[in-house]
Amino acid sequence: MSEVLTAPLVVEFPFTRSLGPVQSAFLTGLRERTVLGVTASDGRVVVPPTEYDPVTAEEIRELVEVGSHGTVTTWAWNPSPRRGQPLTTPFAWILVRLDGADTALLHALDAPGPDAVRTGMRVRVRWAAQRTGAITDIACFEPDDSPAGAHERAPHSGEFANAVTGITTPARLDYTYSPGRAQSRYIQALSDHKTIGERCPSCRKVYVPPRGACPTCGLATDTQVEVGPRGTVTTFCIVNIKAKNLDIEVPYVYAHIALDGADLALHARIGGIPYDRVRMGLRVEPVWTEHGRFPDHYRPTGEPDADYDSYKELI
Amino acid sequence: MREVAIVAFGQSDHVRDSAETSEVEMLMPVLHDVLAQTGLAARDIGFTCSGSSDYLAGRAFSFTMALDGVGAWPPISESHVEMDGAWALYEAWVKLLTGEAETALVYAYGKSSPGDVREVLTRQLDPYYVAPLWPDSVALAALQAQALIDAELTDERELAGIAARSRADAETNPHAQLRGAVPAGEHLVAPLRTSDCPPIGDGAAAVVLAAGDTARRLTDRPAWIRGLDHRIEAHSLGVRDLTDSPSTRLAAERAGAFERPVDTAELHAPFTSQEVVLRRALKLDAPDCTVRINPSGGALAAHPVMAAGLIRLGEAAARIQSGASGRALAHATSGPCLQQNLVAVLEGE
Repeated sequence: MSEVLTAPLVVEFPFTRSLGPVQSAFLTGLRERTVLGVTASDGRVVVPPTEYDPVTAEEIRELVEVGSHGTVTTWAWNPSPRRGQPLTTPFAWILVRLDGADTALLHALDAPGPDAVRTGMRVRVRWAAQRTGAITDIACFEPDDSPAGAHERAPHSGEFANAVTGITTPARLDYTYSPGRAQSRYIQALSDHKTIGERCPSCRKVYVPPRGACPTCGLATDTQVEVGPRGTVTTFCIVNIKAKNLDIEVPYVYAHIALDGADLALHARIGGIPYDRVRMGLRVEPVWTEHGRFPDHYRPTGEPDADYDSYKELI
Repeated sequence: MREVAIVAFGQSDHVRDSAETSEVEMLMPVLHDVLAQTGLAARDIGFTCSGSSDYLAGRAFSFTMALDGVGAWPPISESHVEMDGAWALYEAWVKLLTGEAETALVYAYGKSSPGDVREVLTRQLDPYYVAPLWPDSVALAALQAQALIDAELTDERELAGIAARSRADAETNPHAQLRGAVPAGEHLVAPLRTSDCPPIGDGAAAVVLAAGDTARRLTDRPAWIRGLDHRIEAHSLGVRDLTDSPSTRLAAERAGAFERPVDTAELHAPFTSQEVVLRRALKLDAPDCTVRINPSGGALAAHPVMAAGLIRLGEAAARIQSGASGRALAHATSGPCLQQNLVAVLEGE
């Protein structure tokens, strides 16, 4: 048996999120180079602001403008910046308490090296040239020589023209997907135009596609069994909506097919017959296209329909 | 209140890369192990609960695939937490306490190898203010470590000692991924060096819980759960005092950990600096303290994400069952910088 298969798998999504009143004011404020906090139930000013008190969970709405200068409360030197992080050159992660705030904000500090960073050092915001109303409107922090507490907190209405009410944050994660032993065997057999199922040592059922375990007995399915190539349509549906990036004319039929010798129906498209003539019990066989690693679709064999009793357990 | 015990524990060998096996293929031998220890078949189990994460797998509803490994037909009573299996154990414990089940199978698994776990874990952060900056899990732990150093609660030498002790203890743990003398290595994110961080790996674990006389019937040595509690702190890191873990302390208090001394503590501290925080929160730092901390080597020796916390409960139970411990504390964590913490107290008969 050849080695287990792997393939790149990218999970990517532009997450779109609504903002509440406090988050909206904070992120709009960043766009306008203004940093806002919120007054918690105990009088502390929380920056970045939350909509609910972090201790009591009470709703809090009283906005306060704080400084764009602050003091580092802790830091960590990052010698190898990673994708998506604020700077591409080595930098320090910092928690920074802005003047007028009582809690700290996480961001990056642009500094020449770890020796230039210490807890208690003064820093100031470096604003991004293009600002959209996002935490990344703060490009990073940079060292600063102003004295601590140079900025007093001041009440703020939180009102701006064209308030930002939502953010879109793209997220991408890269994986190397491996389907494991059983599914690798299945996929490799398909490339030889063979369909293999696996038999449960206890209940003797043959699963296709196999996933390595019998879902009824919880045992490894370690015996390979060639099934098909012919099979029986056990049930089907007529698809009337064209899928994006899928070059198949609608309507078409998607069906469950019980391959001969299998105890579980797999699903595939039915072709070579008008959609409104597909029926339960129809006998079908796979159609392979050149270089195809799996059947393109299944078509009628021309055999008489299967008797209902022969597939009723597989519906 | 009903008595509930851990009656069996099993785990896989933890490896850097398990590409040759799917999750269910990795998990199944562990499930068969714990069922064989108790003589139960899957269909005898009253309640099944698991912990795992779709973000590690990179697939939606990934736990449904693993469910094949327990044999979910005829229908079983089952639940899943998108979290470390220690929290799945908590759910199962409650189920047994309420009398809705006599036995429970709890399992957890995680494969970090397909993705980049440092990036994957950024997706559990505040999506408005923090996640867009992509601060990875080591960076956040390093901020906590520096806070401890600034507060003079530890130094790099002590952290190196924790790393060395953990990997030395792991010499006797056949399942561990990293054991023996491990070089300190470069700073991954200073002040944390490679040796201060957990190995990245894949693995699975399972336990069987049983109530009262059922537990006594299934094993000669039940590890009774005397208390179990979990607490959470503010999501925003800048609101918390990173040098302390009040949630761990409160969970321990509610679990009864301070009522009498324990002799073993299995702490889920993926980073050396987090052990310092936990020892302080759990009052394990007294000069005359003789508590054996992480005899398994802990999370620094093997860290299958989502299973590492459940393994702490399992290792503590195994010490009780073997007679090496009379009263043990087990801790599990989740989230950045010990955000969420679970504490259990286990005892023999």
